[in-house]
Amino acid sequence: MVEYRIDRRSGVATYVQIVQQTKQALRLGLLEPGDRLPTAREVVEATAINPNTVLKAYRELEREGLVEARRGLGTFVRATLGTGAQAADTPLRAELGAWAARARSAGLGREDVDAFFTAVLDEHFPKGDQ
Amino acid sequence: MSSTSTAPAVALEASGLGKRYGRQGAALEDCSFRLPAGRISALVGPNGAGKSTLLAMAAGLLRPTSGTLTVLDGAPGEHRDRVAHLAQNKPLYPQLTIAETLSMGAELNPARWDAACAARIVEQGGLDPKSRIRSLSGGQRTRVALALALGKRPELMLLDEPMADLDPLARHELMGTLMADAAEHGTTVLMSSHIVAELADACDHLLLLGGGRVRLGGGIDDLLTAHTVVTGRGTPEDLTRRGHTVIESRTAGRGLTALVRRDGPVDEGWATEEPSLEELVLAHLRAPAAPALLTPSTTPAPQAVTA
Repeated sequence: MVEYRIDRRSGVATYVQIVQQTKQALRLGLLEPGDRLPTAREVVEATAINPNTVLKAYRELEREGLVEARRGLGTFVRATLGTGAQAADTPLRAELGAWAARARSAGLGREDVDAFFTAVLDEHFPKGDQ
Repeated sequence: MSSTSTAPAVALEASGLGKRYGRQGAALEDCSFRLPAGRISALVGPNGAGKSTLLAMAAGLLRPTSGTLTVLDGAPGEHRDRVAHLAQNKPLYPQLTIAETLSMGAELNPARWDAACAARIVEQGGLDPKSRIRSLSGGQRTRVALALALGKRPELMLLDEPMADLDPLARHELMGTLMADAAEHGTTVLMSSHIVAELADACDHLLLLGGGRVRLGGGIDDLLTAHTVVTGRGTPEDLTRRGHTVIESRTAGRGLTALVRRDGPVDEGWATEEPSLEELVLAHLRAPAAPALLTPSTTPAPQAVTA
């Protein structure tokens, strides 16, 4: 079972923190297909956050095909984010790596690259576009 | 989350609601809003904004001087068994022990009382059921009062500054207990506080009172999305000309930072950011002339208007 840690100062929306921490647990193998996620009641009792925030996060995970809600039983892990998924992404990662190397040789600093990357990210993944 | 099938869709509906105390002027004036059932709503506003008055009227303890208030499809006080009200001064009988206080709760609420839930809350605080209320600290009394309120299994909880005198651990525990109760039973909660940041995680709905009126009402996500903090080179007029409502603006050097209620997208050239709940609340409190905003789910039905 995962335990969520909510950082109120991170500036990251609370439901996004739950999504990210669930994905992290999947990557690390702390959660495997068939495992049950804690119920909304269990999460809110431990974190004192709003129940709808948990449900929103679970819906998002469900939309991404990572978990499924079984009526009356709970929310269960369907897929894994193990090495398989990362291997599939390797060409993309390699391209990004090559780009970062070119950016560095062009004299860009870490913060410049960060700003660049965020701007491009916002352009292609608008914030309202979930 | 589950809720009883008999629960009404609207927990609380006010229409032209007002309250005057003697000749002192109005504590509340022409308040109209609706609180959908199942929401956990923050009731926020400066001192004297009428928060306690509104909660006491909803509990049936104070009579409105104008307008109407409907609570769980009835008059205030009509469904007293389904409503829990926790007043700011946490009134309890000082001469009773905790155990006696809880058995009084059981006797007054024979149909709904959840003894295990009430006992668990007291136990979690390490309180001895044999201690008298008189001997408890303010925070411990709050815990007993919350045990009494939650043990009642209410459909609507009206909490006036519930967390004010609790230590950080008790606050986190009791807020967690409250959220768990809401998750399990679909309880509607309306709770007042001054500490907006504290409510931001627990609440999904906001009622902001100011000057005796409702300034903002609606789902917190909807209210935040309706507003934007813009920064750039320009004047407030550049923004109002595009139909946006400038709630508050500040110039700093060449730049302008403004919190605006958007009408469509903001022109390119302005850097935009979603405000935090605290920024949204503070901007509206600093700008009493800014128009009120109620989202559709919080706007009362038009036929509910009374003479």
